[in-house]
Amino acid sequence: MALLQIAEPGQSAAPHQHRLAVGIDLGTTNSLVAAVRSGVTATLPDENGQHSLPSIVRYTQEGIEVGYVAAMSSAQDPKNTIVSVKRFMGRSLTDIQSGEQSFPYQFEASENGLPLFVTPQGRVNPVQVSAEILRPLIERAEKTLGGELQGAVITVPAYFDDSQRQGTKDAASLLGIKVLRLLNEPTAAAIAYGLDSKQEGVIAIYDLGGGTFDISILRLNRGVFEVLATGGDSALGGDDFDHLLQAHMQQVWQLTDIDSQLSRQLLIEARRVKEALTDSSDTEASLTLADGSVLKQVVTKAQFESLIAALVKKTIASCRRTLRDAGVTADEVLETVMVGGSTRVPLVREQVEAFFGKAPLTSIDPDRVVAIGAAIQADILVGNKPESELLLLDVIPLSLGIETMGGLVEKVVSRNTTIPVARAQEFTTFKDGQTAMAFHVVQGERELVDDCRSLARFTLKGIPPLAAGAAHIRVTFQVDADGLLSVTAMEKSTGVQASIQVKPSFGLSDTEIATMLKDSMKHAKEDIRRRMLAEQQVEAARVLESLNAALSKDGDLLTSDERQQIDAVMAELVQVASSDDADAIKKAIEILDEHTQDFAAKRMDNSIRVAFKGQSIDKI
Amino acid sequence: MNYFELFKFSPTFDIDTAVLADRYRELQRAVHPDKFANDTEQQRLLSVQRTAQVNDGYQTLKDPIRRAEHILSLRGIDLSHETTTVKDTAFLMQQMEWREALEDIRESTDHQAIINELYDSFAAYRLKLTKLLTAQLSSGSDEDALLAADQVRKLKFMAKLQDELTRIEDALLD
Repeated sequence: MALLQIAEPGQSAAPHQHRLAVGIDLGTTNSLVAAVRSGVTATLPDENGQHSLPSIVRYTQEGIEVGYVAAMSSAQDPKNTIVSVKRFMGRSLTDIQSGEQSFPYQFEASENGLPLFVTPQGRVNPVQVSAEILRPLIERAEKTLGGELQGAVITVPAYFDDSQRQGTKDAASLLGIKVLRLLNEPTAAAIAYGLDSKQEGVIAIYDLGGGTFDISILRLNRGVFEVLATGGDSALGGDDFDHLLQAHMQQVWQLTDIDSQLSRQLLIEARRVKEALTDSSDTEASLTLADGSVLKQVVTKAQFESLIAALVKKTIASCRRTLRDAGVTADEVLETVMVGGSTRVPLVREQVEAFFGKAPLTSIDPDRVVAIGAAIQADILVGNKPESELLLLDVIPLSLGIETMGGLVEKVVSRNTTIPVARAQEFTTFKDGQTAMAFHVVQGERELVDDCRSLARFTLKGIPPLAAGAAHIRVTFQVDADGLLSVTAMEKSTGVQASIQVKPSFGLSDTEIATMLKDSMKHAKEDIRRRMLAEQQVEAARVLESLNAALSKDGDLLTSDERQQIDAVMAELVQVASSDDADAIKKAIEILDEHTQDFAAKRMDNSIRVAFKGQSIDKI
Repeated sequence: MNYFELFKFSPTFDIDTAVLADRYRELQRAVHPDKFANDTEQQRLLSVQRTAQVNDGYQTLKDPIRRAEHILSLRGIDLSHETTTVKDTAFLMQQMEWREALEDIRESTDHQAIINELYDSFAAYRLKLTKLLTAQLSSGSDEDALLAADQVRKLKFMAKLQDELTRIEDALLD
């Protein structure tokens, strides 16, 4: 006989209540937020009817300005007005300063070598600046949707590496937002076009944004999007078109020795000229100098196209390589989707059409398509559409490897491997009695460590002292569905779990994140304690809610004994959760975790059994 | 881990890859982390691990070389960390000739013709090896299993040649 199920007081067992979730396109130039409301997915406008928010943050003595307000001061106060912060995400200060571009900001390096912007509001890192862009979008969504958000899907360029992804997730965590998934921008665009429901076949997504270029090849089959390969360039975008045009205009006007304010003015004019050339064959550029004199010149479309031709060609070469990696030819591509504002440039459209031999899809606003796709995915992940067939299988964009003798890289996971993925590698000791080992994890395709991006360094400690070569350490690298890496290690003969300290090379360390959280609170110790308690209580409520849902769905997998045990431990947690002892709550959650381990495994096995129900075992 | 069991196939070399792809998608629907987005941390972690297994299983069974290696490893012949090399001199001579042909591509006047010709001869040779492999793996005798291992080693050589050729073709196109 099935046991009666009773929900905890105050915790609804109703599975179908509508939860609020949004999709956020945290773009280089502009950011957007979108949501599904009464079955319709759309980007949400601000009170002035503007959908996109310029990804610009200005720090002044008085406070922080974001979006259009900050954009207006961009030319007057370039030093404190941060534009295209996405380009700094997960990058070291050395990386940034070794590039060709110069920036008007005052930089300092953090302990890890990360860039810090020195502003009237103190030193801020790219994660904090990104959080400032997210803040008004979240506020806008909560106001429009009328409630607290349960989570968000945030999009990232497919080509983002681990530290860039982690930085994006950290920015959301600073605001206390649960990230349901980091979704690759091209995949989001494919979802927005509803290609999942209509077609089977291969599609290509060409995404040229302000700062990044991505090309993704996907195979669609009954609602499953399988990313076959992804390629691109994380430092190529419409901003580069602007800079080339800026340099050209500067040369024609013979402007030398310009200050950062004039340079910003020129850049803004270059962008305007670029946009004007979308629909006309020439346009007049003008610039007002500090002495009031006005410079003018005509820029033709042909001039602009010859400036950017090499960059566009570079993107087409990427398309060709990525198709090859995917194992398909250009003829096999059923549809091409265009994403990103820079795909409005006529030369780009022409070249893409010529390469794939078919007119690309452009019916959804290329600036909004990513946010819309993210919102659809958020709505599903938060649990509003349990019957949805949609499933995304993404790949890791860059190979993961570890440093070996002589500065060489041994690949552990190669690029374009479907994620999540886990790989175990075995290592042994070099000296008698050795109890520690140091590892260096890198990401990239090159054979030398110096040519790849350093992701993290970690040390294995607590290896049992044995003769050289006798200890066998099994290190497992796991990449989750968001493309984020975690590492675990174990000594095989003794089963000793070696402890790992991972020090991210270009990400934020745990201490830095903790400090940032503390700074953001600006409160006394008591408040921090209260926040910790509130966090544990929320976590307890979340665990209980999920477990209740799991029990009502799969409770019949348990014997009545097992069920009674779980119920008892759950009751314990319910009781402890109402106390004000954060540590006790944490402990109770851990105990409940231990008691539900078998149940979790049974549910997973059952899930597989159900999936194969009706399928005969092949050819036995 | 026996991936044939996970995908409900009998452990034969000759599997229907379309059925494999279908089962892969079904398994993904059952275990993928997105299906557990609101579940407990514990369940989500387990889902990440299971999905990683499903992904690895699919890649193993999809690729003929890895599938053959998997069958052999289930029979106790581990090729992944071995140092044994191919001793067949005729095969090695052929490899050397092909290597030289690869080096000559750049100097030739009609790149694409030579590239296409090489692709064709590689494909024909792989087909020959694969036929032998299929027969040797299906026989079930230990002797044949060892012979099959040799075909796998040769196919790995061929895969490297093929990679080299695409790299050259790519460089010429850029």
